[in-house]
Amino acid sequence: MAILDRTISDDDLHNLLSQRKLPRWTTLATSATAIAGSALLSFFSPVSGVAGTAVFAFLLFIVLQTGLSFAVEGKRYAIDRLATTLLLSALTAALVPLVSILLTVLIRGLNAFNASFLTSTMRNVSPRRPGGGILHALIGTLEQVTIAAAIGVPLGILAAVYLVEYGNRSRLARAISFFVDVMTGIPSIVAGLFVYTGFILTLGLQRSGLAAGIALSILMIPVVVRSTEEMLRLVPRDLREASYALGVPKYRTILRVVIPSASTGIITGAMLAVARVTGETAPLLLTTFLTQSINTNPFNGPQASLPIYVWDQIGSGTPASIDRAWAGALTLILLVMILNLSARLIARASRVK
Amino acid sequence: MAKRIDVSHLNIYYSEFLAVEDVSLAVAPKAVTAFIGPSGCGKSTVLRTLNRMHEVTPGARIEGKILLDHEDIYGADIDPVNVRSTIGMVFQKPNPFPTMSIYGNVVAGIKLKKRTKRSELDDVVESSLRGANLWEEVKDRLDRPGSVLSGGQQQRLCIARAIAIQPQVLLMDEPCSALDPISTLAIEELIHELKQSYTIVIVTHNMQQAARVSDSTAFFNIAGTGKPGKLIEMNTTANIFSSPNEKATEDYISGRFG
Amino acid sequence: MTTLINPEAPVGAPLGKSSRPRDALFAGISRGSGIVVLIVMGAIGVFLLWKALPALSANTASFLTTSPWFPDDAQPKFGIAALAFGTLLSSVIAMVIAVPVGIGVALYTAHYAPRRFAPTLGYIVDLLAAVPSIIFGLWGLQILMPNSIGLWRWLDDHFGFIPLFSNEQNIYTRSIALAAVVLAIMILPTVSAISREVFAQVPPGHIEAALALGATRWETMRTAVFPFARPGMVSAAMLGLGRALGETIAVALILSATFKINWQVTEPGGNTFAANIALKWNEAGTIGLGALIASGLVLYIITFAVNMAARLVVERRRDFSGAN
Repeated sequence: MAILDRTISDDDLHNLLSQRKLPRWTTLATSATAIAGSALLSFFSPVSGVAGTAVFAFLLFIVLQTGLSFAVEGKRYAIDRLATTLLLSALTAALVPLVSILLTVLIRGLNAFNASFLTSTMRNVSPRRPGGGILHALIGTLEQVTIAAAIGVPLGILAAVYLVEYGNRSRLARAISFFVDVMTGIPSIVAGLFVYTGFILTLGLQRSGLAAGIALSILMIPVVVRSTEEMLRLVPRDLREASYALGVPKYRTILRVVIPSASTGIITGAMLAVARVTGETAPLLLTTFLTQSINTNPFNGPQASLPIYVWDQIGSGTPASIDRAWAGALTLILLVMILNLSARLIARASRVK
Repeated sequence: MAKRIDVSHLNIYYSEFLAVEDVSLAVAPKAVTAFIGPSGCGKSTVLRTLNRMHEVTPGARIEGKILLDHEDIYGADIDPVNVRSTIGMVFQKPNPFPTMSIYGNVVAGIKLKKRTKRSELDDVVESSLRGANLWEEVKDRLDRPGSVLSGGQQQRLCIARAIAIQPQVLLMDEPCSALDPISTLAIEELIHELKQSYTIVIVTHNMQQAARVSDSTAFFNIAGTGKPGKLIEMNTTANIFSSPNEKATEDYISGRFG
Repeated sequence: MTTLINPEAPVGAPLGKSSRPRDALFAGISRGSGIVVLIVMGAIGVFLLWKALPALSANTASFLTTSPWFPDDAQPKFGIAALAFGTLLSSVIAMVIAVPVGIGVALYTAHYAPRRFAPTLGYIVDLLAAVPSIIFGLWGLQILMPNSIGLWRWLDDHFGFIPLFSNEQNIYTRSIALAAVVLAIMILPTVSAISREVFAQVPPGHIEAALALGATRWETMRTAVFPFARPGMVSAAMLGLGRALGETIAVALILSATFKINWQVTEPGGNTFAANIALKWNEAGTIGLGALIASGLVLYIITFAVNMAARLVVERRRDFSGAN
């Protein structure tokens, strides 16, 4: 058994264990230098603009810091620092658009967003003029999403029940589970095309809120199935077996014991699915006709919706319309956020119990 | 390789919670020291401070000194990364890297430190696998993934991986707990050979193993839940098991608690 | 735990009234709901094909290889070449941007961020996923487009020797490049969320093993995290791709629709399957609708394949997971 037996002197040991490190304030100093350097450079060639200067400062920072680290700390730590910096930049790159979008929607949306916006329609409002509102679209969206939920949530829950309670690794269950996953990736416009070809063309359904609801339900189903499945699997087996032991038939066990105990999670999942489809535009384009007035009948006639309203206003292009588009966007985001937050609050409230 | 470790007034904290109190002990070079004690007594925690793995947990810290020969491994300019490559560790559950081959596993640590020529790597792989008593069994399948090996073989692979970077000390945290008796025996024989070249510290909850394998034994105990663990007694293994000084030690050894 | 009760066996209610029919009914309804999923997936393909056939047979041009789109002419001719080109190019560029950034964000959240902040960080990045696509389109059009002209011009000036970045029209708006950037932002949360999940699932034992060998944080990622997470990252990327391929509204708002194949991505023009359907739908005649449906079928097939592949990658890895 040949293992080298080197003895190490004290000096060697210290060198082995120690590591020169850059002082803590290095990052700050390097960034300050980079920013200053970039600003100075942009002074001489004013072409770049704020964004360009920022990007250049960033690159300068990376070069400086990595070089410094390489010189003082060695290659391994230079790479380690570089990696951390790049990861943080990725994070920033992800957050900047988010902040920009949310701020823009808020600031520009508030131009036209007010009580009358929420309570009037676009009936007799010229695209060039400010004014008018979103009430007809709000009603339409609420009705269409309700229809979608009425179809999608029960179907999704029942399918999940099949997968968890009856499926048992059968080929059918595995196929369904696999295709539910694939279904999550269906482009929303394809869902619209399906309803158009399958229901409107073939079955004679009108372009209406109902058609839109059906299209949206197709997008909801996989989401509901997955989240319900997760919740049902969390219900402990003992609960089911206790129920069977008492002589309760399976269907009642599921309806009265399993589902109720998972109910909070199922509701949360359903609400999140609803929030997801509320903002979908493409399927609505194909399955509804826009109107500028209120239509409370989803089964007949043109019906407005929030996303199509925004789409239409963008299309009009006048400053007043663009203002309305932003206000519509703000309304849409508020609606989605309310749904999301409610779902989370419900989840948290039940957890505290 | 083989250095002594001197622990002096070590207090181990998780944020504000004192987990282990005032430990002072010496680990002799080229010998096996065992840490024994009931679960929760802090023996693994102490072990993990010896290669600065303890501080990986957020908020974890120590007070006191731990000297490797004359170097305080918690000194100001000492790098934990370097400490860990000087003081190696083998874990309870064998953890070879699953996507790497056997060869890849053994050289994983070396490749971190510097570029090495393939021929040198080949030599190190062979000598490390021989050192872990695994060479004969795997020499024809070095490119297979580590996961095809049995539990005992995987653990020996982890030992080979640890000794490939030529550490001064080898720490072993209950290395045989997850293994069957035959593999355990193989590892114990291996430890007996390894101690000719390394300083070894082994944590074990199996007293008989400590008696078989170690030269010195340290017994740790804990007064109650929420209280810090302490070193009760340390002595040559022979003395600890035949004539312990402390009553607690004797009670543990004779199985009155544990 | 062995059970003496077989849940599959019909369990009668206490007083002998058989619940078997009701059990069977409920089981049937559940199974039926599951089968609906399969039916829908198949029905989509069937109906799209069926309603596309008349237009396809009336087509005088080659559907797969030509670009001009005149389905409602006396001699209908339409082809998806430009659509396919625009769809694939914009999605690939989006992936090139979103995959590294998304994986970076995920890695940071899973292994670098202080544990207290990690869930919040994940939640904030996931917020991007909740923003409806029409808002991305509006923002892209009104905010990003005017502010990115400088970037495209800079690319043209300094890297114009690469055909991809050169711009002969010196107009830098309504381009595939811009659409790709917006797509990248839209698929980022998808890539990030899935990658984050995989990163968090790396067994701590492997990370400890790497640390114990004396690895820096990044080296630990390279040694223990990435190899384990590789299939998951591939799957995340492919799911992001699938999303980008199918995105309609944001692209429709941004692109000025043309049916040419143009590699100079910062120039205006271009089109994708989904955007084309959205833009042409309401003015299309019968054959026009049929043509759009046909292109929708192609889109469906492509996204179906990509999504299937993405799921299969992760399925297969389960055997190699090393989580033994």
